[in-house]
Amino acid sequence: MAEATKVLELSDIHAGYGDTDILHGINMHVCENEVVVVIGPNGAGKSTAVKAILGLLNIRKGDVLLNQQVITGTPPEKVINQRVSYVPQTHNVFVSLTVQENLEMGAWTVPEGMSDRIERMYEMFPDLAAKRRQAAGSLSGGQRQMVAMAKALMVDPEVLLLDEPTAGLSPLYRSAIFAAVQSIKDNGVPVLMVEQNAKQALGVADRGYVLVDGGNRHTGTGHELREDPEVARMFLGARD
Amino acid sequence: MWDAFGFEFINFYLIPGLVLGCIYALGAIGITLTFGILRFANFAHGEVMMSSAYLTYTFMALAASFGLSLVPLVAAIPAAVLTIAIALLIDHFFYRPFRKSETIIIVMASFGMMLMVRALVPVIWGPNQITFVRGITPMKPYLDGMLLVQDKQWLIVIGTVVVMTLFSLLMNFTRIGKAMRAVSDSPDLARVTGINVETVIRATWIIGGFCAAVAGVFLAMNTQQLSVTMGFRMLLPMFAAAILGGIGRPVGAIVGGMVIGLAEELIAYPWQAAVMQLVWWFSEVINASGMTDWAKAVHKQMRGTPLLSPGYKAGVAFGIMVIMLIVRPAGLFKGRVF
Repeated sequence: MAEATKVLELSDIHAGYGDTDILHGINMHVCENEVVVVIGPNGAGKSTAVKAILGLLNIRKGDVLLNQQVITGTPPEKVINQRVSYVPQTHNVFVSLTVQENLEMGAWTVPEGMSDRIERMYEMFPDLAAKRRQAAGSLSGGQRQMVAMAKALMVDPEVLLLDEPTAGLSPLYRSAIFAAVQSIKDNGVPVLMVEQNAKQALGVADRGYVLVDGGNRHTGTGHELREDPEVARMFLGARD
Repeated sequence: MWDAFGFEFINFYLIPGLVLGCIYALGAIGITLTFGILRFANFAHGEVMMSSAYLTYTFMALAASFGLSLVPLVAAIPAAVLTIAIALLIDHFFYRPFRKSETIIIVMASFGMMLMVRALVPVIWGPNQITFVRGITPMKPYLDGMLLVQDKQWLIVIGTVVVMTLFSLLMNFTRIGKAMRAVSDSPDLARVTGINVETVIRATWIIGGFCAAVAGVFLAMNTQQLSVTMGFRMLLPMFAAAILGGIGRPVGAIVGGMVIGLAEELIAYPWQAAVMQLVWWFSEVINASGMTDWAKAVHKQMRGTPLLSPGYKAGVAFGIMVIMLIVRPAGLFKGRVF
């Protein structure tokens, strides 16, 4: 793993909203061709860490590196321009736009060759092809999540950031989303995913981070974390 | 029987109502766009309309001083360009600094802008009413003289249809139009999608400003007068139209504008006399002569009385707006609810 190129790196990040720090020195990284999962209890700072990458909040200390370049404090639109794609947890599609229009908007920063990429998305998410003329707001939660992911992939991102993509979805759609994450990785796009469904998420993860109270608690491969008794007790449903 | 009953209604109530509706609809598009994309109620929108009317008048007067006679529609072209420039400048200097502030602050800024423009107009053009186009425009007869339409009425209705067709093509088939709808849906998501929100905002002022410019010229053509309060008097019906259709929904603004314009004109029709006329015909058909005499008499008595005096026009728009906010705050086309 050490020789793999780090696409995205967070080093000793202290950040938060207003004067209160939520992250107290977080370290994590995403390498080429891997899915990295961030798990942790509510309020551990998982989503905050993702927002720190995007420049959506003030970083007091530490650095965010994209392809070894420091991007700390870069405003969100510039980070997005550097092909970091982000799918928020909620409100992640334009509800009154059609599926096709959502994908077109996803390609806003890179409009060249858009139609080819849209067709590739329909191959990757065949469910969406039949609904391309439908308003995204009329789709089910799982399908919306797929639109949101396809929309984020329209720029051929350096890295894809997903904030709890399976929250509130039925088990069937949850599996479909994790399968999609796997195929996104197979297409060469590294994924950093914040998740509540720890067990399933660690199943597709190459590596994972467990955050507690704004700091790193555990780090390891997906398999290691699944086997770790403390992680199991905290997240995987085992009782004390 | 139609020449006695139907065409009076069409010529003097329905057509003026449609014309007024067109003007309201064009104005309401700008209001609903700013509401949807910049998320504030722009009180200065009526003044933008007024500026375009005064500028058109100025270009016509300028041309006249060179011995040229410009029709309003040609003079409106440079006026629309200037109006759009004014809208962009106002945004840049007065609204942009408040982009991240609370909505109420920018609403107040627009209120201040409204007062400033309205104070500036009499300084430049004088406080008195100005005659925009002189003379009485004749009503041209169609269909054997039964249908009477003025040229300016044709022009306003056709012009509105053209502008709205272009507007709808722009919103649904161009990249910037789709981005405007996207920002209207969710500015935060648009931002993290990489859409340049400032570009979209500029497009909003250009399009809203253009529609307001056209509406202002049409209004001046319709009333043939320019006055300092002409924009302000449009504000209530335009907001009523935007709310009736659903805030942030351009289609709603168009339908809402038409409904408000028609309602304002149609309340002045002697509807009670029309009902008596029906009773009269019905009694003739069933050969009830006593009833016919009675209906005739009542009809004659009521013929000149409007259902509601035209003085209550503004009240109609206000009434529709209040009822809509109580019964269906999202409007006819499911707009945003604040």
